Amino acid sequence: MSHENRQQKRAEIRAMFKSNVRRRLWVDKIMVGAVVVCALVAIIPLVWILGTAVYSGLPALSWAFLTEEPGAVGAGLISIGPAIQGTIILIGLSSILGLPVGILGGIYLAEFGGGGWLARQIRFFMDVFIQVPSIVLGIFAFLAVVLILGHFSVWAGGFALSLIMFPIVARATEEAIRMVPWTYREAGAALGLSKMAITLRIVLSQAKKGIITGVLLSVSRVGGETAPLIMTVVGSSVFFEDMDTPMDALPLRIWRFSLQPYDEARIAGWGAAFTLLLIIFAIHLGVRYFFMQEHGGKGLRGVLHLGRKVR
Amino acid sequence: MPKRWIQRDEKPRRWLLSERIFKYATAAAGAYVLAVILVMALQLGFESAPIWEEEGAEFIFGTDWNSVPGRESYGALPYVLGTLITSALALALGFPLSIGIAMLVMIMPKRLGRPLGYLVDLIEAVPSVVFGLWGLFVFRLYFRDYVEKPLHDTFGDSIYLFGGTPFGLDILTASIILAIMIIPTISSISREVMSAVPQQQKEAAYMLGSTTFEMFRMAIFPYSKAGLLGAAMLGLGRAVGETMAVTMLIGNATGANAMVSSLFDAGQTMPSIIANEFLEASPVGLHTPALIGIGLILLGVGLSINVAAHFLVGRMVKVNEGPVH
Repeated sequence: MSHENRQQKRAEIRAMFKSNVRRRLWVDKIMVGAVVVCALVAIIPLVWILGTAVYSGLPALSWAFLTEEPGAVGAGLISIGPAIQGTIILIGLSSILGLPVGILGGIYLAEFGGGGWLARQIRFFMDVFIQVPSIVLGIFAFLAVVLILGHFSVWAGGFALSLIMFPIVARATEEAIRMVPWTYREAGAALGLSKMAITLRIVLSQAKKGIITGVLLSVSRVGGETAPLIMTVVGSSVFFEDMDTPMDALPLRIWRFSLQPYDEARIAGWGAAFTLLLIIFAIHLGVRYFFMQEHGGKGLRGVLHLGRKVR
Repeated sequence: MPKRWIQRDEKPRRWLLSERIFKYATAAAGAYVLAVILVMALQLGFESAPIWEEEGAEFIFGTDWNSVPGRESYGALPYVLGTLITSALALALGFPLSIGIAMLVMIMPKRLGRPLGYLVDLIEAVPSVVFGLWGLFVFRLYFRDYVEKPLHDTFGDSIYLFGGTPFGLDILTASIILAIMIIPTISSISREVMSAVPQQQKEAAYMLGSTTFEMFRMAIFPYSKAGLLGAAMLGLGRAVGETMAVTMLIGNATGANAMVSSLFDAGQTMPSIIANEFLEASPVGLHTPALIGIGLILLGVGLSINVAAHFLVGRMVKVNEGPVH
């Protein structure tokens, strides 16, 4: 090949490469732009919802709105006192029913089960169970509690919510316990402690933060659940009387408001939604602020969406 | 680590007993989930038995839905189809967006990417009923006026999908809200799956001179295919089980009316029919068993989607060394 030929060839290739690079860089830029648009499209609804909740919900708030019983629509008094009280009671009851099971189950997965057959099955089915449609859990609570007791009750609602809670707590507990260094357990063993004492006194106290984070996040999830409450606590318009009667809850109340064709109800609905969002976001942001920095956020986020540490 | 730390002859036996009790108590707490799933499936099966005896396969393939005593007839097909169609639409809309967000979080500097990821995760914290409220009172009105009506006016006669009456309470609105709701699930899992791609793969792609997008196409997507599919299926599972937002937005047609014919038709999904009718169902007739039967179908669909997704995601995250297969 002659010298000129080679030069020419080189120029050709360079030109081709340049045009090719230009095209590829354009494609890259367009894709980056598209990706940014994706993020905006997803963030806009969130901002829009929060904005509407503040804008329409804030004017509805007043002391009477938050603490009194709802009167008849049109009477000028719509309040969500019983709903707030009911949500707090439901969160407490589902915690009482769900947390011991969840925490003990997490201890089993981390300390005793290891990679054995039973532990693998439990882990797998917990991950699957976290995703079971919550309304099916509501039907189950209806069949297992309401039909047997013979009436709608707070118990049934608490039971349904505890079913949502315990697998989340169990997986969070497992992850938190796994982060406790092995040497701590060895130190306990060197002191002659039993396995139970080591687990309860040393490991759990070290894993405290992670467990509390998981518990609070599961509480925030449970606080917003509506579907399983429809057929268990049903809703009511008076304050809590006893465990065997229907009760109100914030999400249920929001749903009821949305079914009414009055402007008042719409405004009250946003007021209730604002209150609910305030509770849930306070838990979320609080957890993130106080606990998540040390844990890097990663392990727990994995737990909430699904345990990803498949062994 | 020795199995038994306390020698039998040094310590009293009751220590060992309490140890054993503790161990079995934790194991029982762990196995609780297995028991719950088993009992739940059995109980839903037993309680819905009358409807299976009465209708047989007609319960799944029928379209009648009549709860008037004496003329009772139940067919769940419209609701099964409604669920599948809304979820599929939501996935079709939400999946590309979620992948885009996951990509953006990966290519952004960490200081910006982390907060963005957290912001997207916050969408998941918004309760379903608040999404429904927003959809019903705010989003629907804009969507009806600025999207549905123009589409209907332009294409309503020629394209079958855009027929019907644009009212805002329809399959398309419900699907869009569902799409927003499943974005955090899909994007956070696909982010994890894509981060599990070994660094060498990315570096090799960059070394060949690829741009960022080409790196994704050459190194990350082929490697995380199975995991991304799993993320999509988890999103699908979430969409299938979503109740309140859909109930408030889908328009709640029943029976043959709920058969999907256009995007702008009112429909009904399995969770929404349960939420709407469970309390009104009379305990003597077949209405309650029919709704429980729908719950059973829903449980089956949800479980199978999630089991499949877990196998895909689990396999992906476990294998994070070696070449692309």
